[in-house]
Amino acid sequence: MSGHPPGHRAGRGRLLAGASLLVLAGCGTDSTATADGEVGGTLTVFAAASLTDVFTGLGDQLEAEHPGLDVQFTFAGSSTLATQIGQGAPADVFASADTAQMDVVADLAADEPAVFTGNALEIAVPAGNPGGVTGLTDFADPDLALAVCAPDVPCGAAAEAVFADVGITAQPDTQEQDVRAALTKVQLGEVDAALVYATDVRAAGDDVEGIPFPEAAQEPNEYPLCVLAAAPNPAAAEAFVALVRLAEGQQALTDAGFRTP
Amino acid sequence: MPVPLLVPALLAVGFLVLPLVGLVVRAPWPEIGAQLARPGVGEALRLSLVSATLATLLSLLLGVPLAWVLARSQVRGRSLLRALVTVPLVLPPVVGGVALFLVLGRQGIVGRWLFEATGFSLPFTTAAVVVAETFVAMPFLVISVEGALRAADARFEDAAATLGADRWTTFRRVTLPLVAPGVAAGAVLCWARALGEFGATITFAGNFPGTTQTMPLAVYLTLQRDPEAAIVLSLVLLAVSLATLLLLRGRWLGRGAVG
Repeated sequence: MSGHPPGHRAGRGRLLAGASLLVLAGCGTDSTATADGEVGGTLTVFAAASLTDVFTGLGDQLEAEHPGLDVQFTFAGSSTLATQIGQGAPADVFASADTAQMDVVADLAADEPAVFTGNALEIAVPAGNPGGVTGLTDFADPDLALAVCAPDVPCGAAAEAVFADVGITAQPDTQEQDVRAALTKVQLGEVDAALVYATDVRAAGDDVEGIPFPEAAQEPNEYPLCVLAAAPNPAAAEAFVALVRLAEGQQALTDAGFRTP
Repeated sequence: MPVPLLVPALLAVGFLVLPLVGLVVRAPWPEIGAQLARPGVGEALRLSLVSATLATLLSLLLGVPLAWVLARSQVRGRSLLRALVTVPLVLPPVVGGVALFLVLGRQGIVGRWLFEATGFSLPFTTAAVVVAETFVAMPFLVISVEGALRAADARFEDAAATLGADRWTTFRRVTLPLVAPGVAAGAVLCWARALGEFGATITFAGNFPGTTQTMPLAVYLTLQRDPEAAIVLSLVLLAVSLATLLLLRGRWLGRGAVG
């Protein structure tokens, strides 16, 4: 199979880790000590693709607060990340887009995974809404070109749940492998509508218009987060989790369209 | 056997075969029957075999003449042409899928016109699966056939021409029989590549059970939810393709045509 290389951070991460350790050794410990212990070295965060923009910003912020800390992210589908962690990937923190994938690695968590934010489905249409889509019931129209996520991934499971709530039989033309692939079909103008997350609509910019629908609130996606028991850098992991949970992190998530659970 | 050849050869066999052994060892054998009986498995397998075969036929129809042009004609810029038509070999298939959208999608250069005139849109149809597989797999056939044409003795063609055959007759009656093993080998390579195609297919044709979900797509999506079931699906695809290739080799291709 091709496409989707799972990680692109290996070599550089190791190099940077070495460099950071040298920096730490050189600087001593005066500026990096916190209540949680020393925060420095390399922090490896595995996070759901939808968190890309917010977490990258928070990572930069944490690096600024702790000279000598290097935050490395792997963003991918939650199920892919859960599989990699199960196979021994050296992650410190795991943030999943739904509780089902967090349950997969529950035995490997250092603490009880807790929900830190949420997301809701939204209808995405190409700019100008060429298909004249008005709401969820349009997904039952066989004449429209429609994309949803495959039921095997979190956004597809959520889509099936809202269709069941509303009582319509959806007529999608394609079940995409992840939410960004569904969004791409909208951006290319190849479908009239796709069911994606509200945050994806916001991240897509002017190519895509969002149509919120009230039933989305009945099936919110909850995002849990945990430090892993085998974390190579637990002190930095705790610092990152604290940043995400506290006011600043929560504000950044709200700004990006996430919902407080 | 000389050791400098034997040792690397054994390493190569281990490298290529051990992952396969891993799949066989890790497969959930007690529940394999239940996994195979699940709805959609037969459908995905049938769709894979049909679309890969259609893609191979389409590649033969278009690719053999192209190989002839590359090997035999005196067209200027043949080297550039050869480089261009083998681009799909190096292009990441996902990019190939997006490129197909830009030409054949309903907003594409050609597809837009087709959509406006007829209301037909190619993406998300079984035809789109065949198109995506042909795009990725045809270069394998072209390269094989071109190689066979270059290796073939051109004096037979010259003799046919001397005896009064025109170029089309020469191609049909002399050249094609001469390179038949090369064409067969290329077709098998093309079929195998089409059968395993993932990136261009899931991008351009999408994924819908019964219409566009081939086995590689079914394997990838099942892997998200149930890795053991995905292993079973992979083994089915492997078994069917191996059986087909062995059967073909025995029946039609003769010895030495296919590796």
